[in-house]
Amino acid sequence: MAQTDAELVDTPVAGRPTLILRSPDFHSITEVVAEPLERPAPLGWWLFFIPSVALLGVLGVAVSWLFWEGIGVWGLNVPVGWAWDITNFVFWVGIGHAGTLISAILFLFRQRWRTSINRAAEAMTIFAVVCAMMFPGIHVGRIWVAYWMFPLPNQMDMWPNFRSPLLWDVFAVSVYGTVSALFWYVGLIPDLATMRDRAKTRARRVAYGFFALGWRGSVRQWHHYESAYLVLAALATPLVLSVHSVVSMDFAVSILPGWHTTIFPPYFVAGAIFSGFAMVLTLMVICRKAFGLEHIITLRHFDYMAKIMLVTGTMVGYAYSMEFFTSWYSGNPYEFFTFMNRALGPYAWAYWIMISCNVISPQIFWSRKARTSIPILFAVSIVINIGMWFERFVIIVTSLHRDYLPSAWGYFSPTVWDVACLIGSFGLFFTLFCLFVRFLPMVATAEVKTVLPQADPHWRPGPEREIRDHRPVAAAGGHPASSEGGS
Amino acid sequence: MPFAPLRALASVPLLASPLPAGPYYGLLAEFATPADLYHACERVRDAGFTRWDAHTPFPVHGLEQAMGLRRSPLPWIVLVMGLTGAALGFGLQWWVHAVAYPLVISGKPFFSWPAFIPITFEVAVLFAALGAVFGMLGLNRLPMHHHPLFRSKVFEQVTDDAFFLSIESWDPRFDPSTTGALLESLGARRVELLESR
Repeated sequence: MAQTDAELVDTPVAGRPTLILRSPDFHSITEVVAEPLERPAPLGWWLFFIPSVALLGVLGVAVSWLFWEGIGVWGLNVPVGWAWDITNFVFWVGIGHAGTLISAILFLFRQRWRTSINRAAEAMTIFAVVCAMMFPGIHVGRIWVAYWMFPLPNQMDMWPNFRSPLLWDVFAVSVYGTVSALFWYVGLIPDLATMRDRAKTRARRVAYGFFALGWRGSVRQWHHYESAYLVLAALATPLVLSVHSVVSMDFAVSILPGWHTTIFPPYFVAGAIFSGFAMVLTLMVICRKAFGLEHIITLRHFDYMAKIMLVTGTMVGYAYSMEFFTSWYSGNPYEFFTFMNRALGPYAWAYWIMISCNVISPQIFWSRKARTSIPILFAVSIVINIGMWFERFVIIVTSLHRDYLPSAWGYFSPTVWDVACLIGSFGLFFTLFCLFVRFLPMVATAEVKTVLPQADPHWRPGPEREIRDHRPVAAAGGHPASSEGGS
Repeated sequence: MPFAPLRALASVPLLASPLPAGPYYGLLAEFATPADLYHACERVRDAGFTRWDAHTPFPVHGLEQAMGLRRSPLPWIVLVMGLTGAALGFGLQWWVHAVAYPLVISGKPFFSWPAFIPITFEVAVLFAALGAVFGMLGLNRLPMHHHPLFRSKVFEQVTDDAFFLSIESWDPRFDPSTTGALLESLGARRVELLESR
């Protein structure tokens, strides 16, 4: 059906296709998101949940053994005193950044497509930060004095050193975790009230009702609520940029060749967003299929995310080459050796895994076909996650394993406990995510309703007009007529 | 309101809803679409009502102007909290390193303020975010699990797909019959008189 000018005026933003397909009404949005939470858990959920809990058990064993025996159970030794522990930390903090980018930065830029994915992405952020915070906590060895990280005088009456990036990091990551959780919870309040009002049992009504705080959708409340949401977005935006910058200063403020680089803060932030979007994509591909949300999380959303991954992946590639250039241009032989050794030395295998996963693989997203193909998106998102883990491994371990004197050279090999801590952290992450999709609305329904055309108070219903997507990208995806639609 | 423990909490003076006593809470009118509610709000605003509210499942763009609400004072709370956080964060670091526990580190002066910036920033953001969330809850008088509106059965749909306008009985212009007629003339699908408590 051809669109006339008069019809274009009817849509809130003239000429733009709607973000949500199948022209649903408000109630059907509530229904599709809330209804799965009110049924008994399907078999598919258990198939994800049970292995996740098993991996969480692996983490429990690994961390208990670590506490009992000491960090010698890991493959750490002079000169490589940081390896998988800090790699995992930086990896997980990075994952979190995409959630905040989607929830805060895209909100400030009025990118309304974010509403379909922001809830799940923010949940991912919080769970990734939980995984991340665990690693600095357990890697200190003497866990019983972990409180030395807090701004308190310890039992020797000594204060922590506030001038150290390591302490900046404690503040940055814990504030980030707190603010992300607050932002997420504020976003959840209206949807928790929806769950409360739909509840069939008293237990559900009390549980959801308690956390919904008695929300009654009053415009006088929405007024302050929207102000708070905007302020939180404005606070989270510089915060998220500061977090990975501070993480990068853990390295950049040292004087170690390979770490002592001014490009680190922007480079780390770009890498963090890159890896985080890959993780959002991995999770969303599974969730939209499992929960039948193909018309809410459409192929256009994936198209946009793939473009962001292409941009950030290429920025990361630029940073890799600029590091090389700077090491040569500096004229510092130690600096140049470190980088040549990265690409050609004993860890060359890791370096080239990093380059192929992070720089080469996302280049496929120049093609729109690839950006809207679920198998390609899913495969590349996994590849990027692997590549970004290797990036942190390469930065940390290759810079440490060659000290200034050859007598202090070494080679790090992980032990079974290193592996157990890494896969166990995935267990923690996926356990939390499984619980999230089971008990909380994984799409921000109150926000998604605002992007429907009829949510605009100046919208007039046209005669029998079907709101459909005219662009080929989404026509191939979310429409019920296609093979993708409905599940 | 559904549950007894919270009903008990609601009787605590500090947590009790700040509503005047009266036989009726007011009138609750349901509208079919955001557009109908929007135009009704403009009319109720222009009729000079003060104790009234609209209820929607999602924030309807421009409705606060249609209701004639003033800007939220929340950003000022956030500003004050953010500045407090910055001062506390900076003050703590200055006090520890220059007063309580002076220690030479990397040959830096005791009061090496550039190194204090990251933590000052983080504490400022933390306080500002707490100010935003708790300021919002305070301005909205939440949590408030007990409210006369929850007595209405249809009001449950406000978090799904229904749009309401409520006028409270203690509004000086309120009169059960004429106000009800006004709401009906504005296109309300249904008008309900709600008891107070």
